Amino acid sequence: MTDGWFAGLDPDDEAAAAERIASGRAESPDDWPARAVDAGFAEDTESYYERLHAATTAATEAAVTERERADDQQLVHAVRAMADCERTANELAERVAEWGGSRYGEAGSGVGYARRIAEGDVGEGDEGGDRALRSLAERVVAVAEEADELRAYIERTAPAVAPNLSALAGPVLAARLVSLAGGLESLAKKPSGTLQVLGAEDALFAHLRGGAPSPKHGIIFTHEYVSGTRRGERGSAARALAGKLSIAARIDHYSGDRRPDLERDLDERIERIRSRGGDQ
Amino acid sequence: MTALPDGVARHDFDGTTSIATRGHPEYGEATDGEWRRWDPNRSKLGAMLALGMDTGLENGQKTLYLGAAAGTTVSHVADFGGPTYAVEFAPRPARDLLDVADHRENLFPLLKDARKPETYAHVVEPVDVVVQDVATRGQARVAALNRRFLDGDGRLLAAVKARSEDVTADPEAVFADVVAELEEHYEVLETEPLDPYHDDHLGVVARPLE
Repeated sequence: MTDGWFAGLDPDDEAAAAERIASGRAESPDDWPARAVDAGFAEDTESYYERLHAATTAATEAAVTERERADDQQLVHAVRAMADCERTANELAERVAEWGGSRYGEAGSGVGYARRIAEGDVGEGDEGGDRALRSLAERVVAVAEEADELRAYIERTAPAVAPNLSALAGPVLAARLVSLAGGLESLAKKPSGTLQVLGAEDALFAHLRGGAPSPKHGIIFTHEYVSGTRRGERGSAARALAGKLSIAARIDHYSGDRRPDLERDLDERIERIRSRGGDQ
Repeated sequence: MTALPDGVARHDFDGTTSIATRGHPEYGEATDGEWRRWDPNRSKLGAMLALGMDTGLENGQKTLYLGAAAGTTVSHVADFGGPTYAVEFAPRPARDLLDVADHRENLFPLLKDARKPETYAHVVEPVDVVVQDVATRGQARVAALNRRFLDGDGRLLAAVKARSEDVTADPEAVFADVVAELEEHYEVLETEPLDPYHDDHLGVVARPLE
């Protein structure tokens, strides 16, 4: 049985109620008004609805204010912090795996293995070494969860900071592009050819020094329109995507309107690129 | 013509007869005493009522409204309905929705994604009506995901926007696809194009399958 937003709450604690509205979860609805009255959260349905009105209004107000305050620099910090957390969690998870393998003889890898150790599924001993390893594994899991939280924060705020760029690229890639450029304004001022290879600086400078081929895509490779296009057409897909993304970044920086037509143009363009040259 | 729910009436505003509800005016609509015009050109549900679709709406029903936007339509729903849960994903219109909710004790605004019902099922109770007006791709999937809020004799009232699914395809073909996908979870009772009020929109009345 799942709990409603009011479970265990002090009826007068409005801040906690708003927080619960914002971040709580349940798989299915239930007769919450009756359950709240049974639980003593409200005297009757009418007073339940009064509390619900106060709590939903406060939660929405807080969330709207948070997103209105979101700016591109906040987004840059968040996406860099997310990348740091992911990298650190993975590095430490490998350390845990190596240590765990030596103690328990079971080979595992990644954050999943660290989670199993943290939860006691692997290595039930209680010697000093077991405890130390389990404690490290718990830290790994916590850092990985922090990365997930940051990702959720980015998914909430990027559409407010850069609505068109987020719609075309997805919130996380949009945030990465803003971060690589150093801000939305500098992203908006870059030519689309630069945007296309943001994140591939090593390959770009190897090319400019001579000898190496020019990079066809940087971080935008993570977009399905590039990675999901067959190799021979990826350069074209990357160029088309970068073109639309730089237009989106300019609209976001200079006007802020939503332009759904951009998505349609991009969809059609990619469709044409993918369909040419037949099935290979 | 199908009867309007109690609390909704045809009312004369300076020579124009239109449906109307009683409540605090919100978006510059015409008013006459306590009546305010429910403009079918600005509200898809309003268009469904104005076109005489059998929505099954009644006074005092519990309603979950998906895609509340700035609250234009949901303000009318809350005028004659019971507890009304208004889900909207975008922060900018939600700011206006808050003003609408300030005037209506029975309106509960939620800044949530209609594609993730598990993020609001801890707040929303089972309802009599789900109104859906979300302009995103996958409108049938949104309806399927929110099936859990309706019991057997509840109603889904959806305005399907063809251009949100596929701007290049023929709207008729898009509607057929969406209705077919809806029928996996709902019995579709009535469909009707919403023009002349809204181009390329289809009004759908449906009942959840057991």
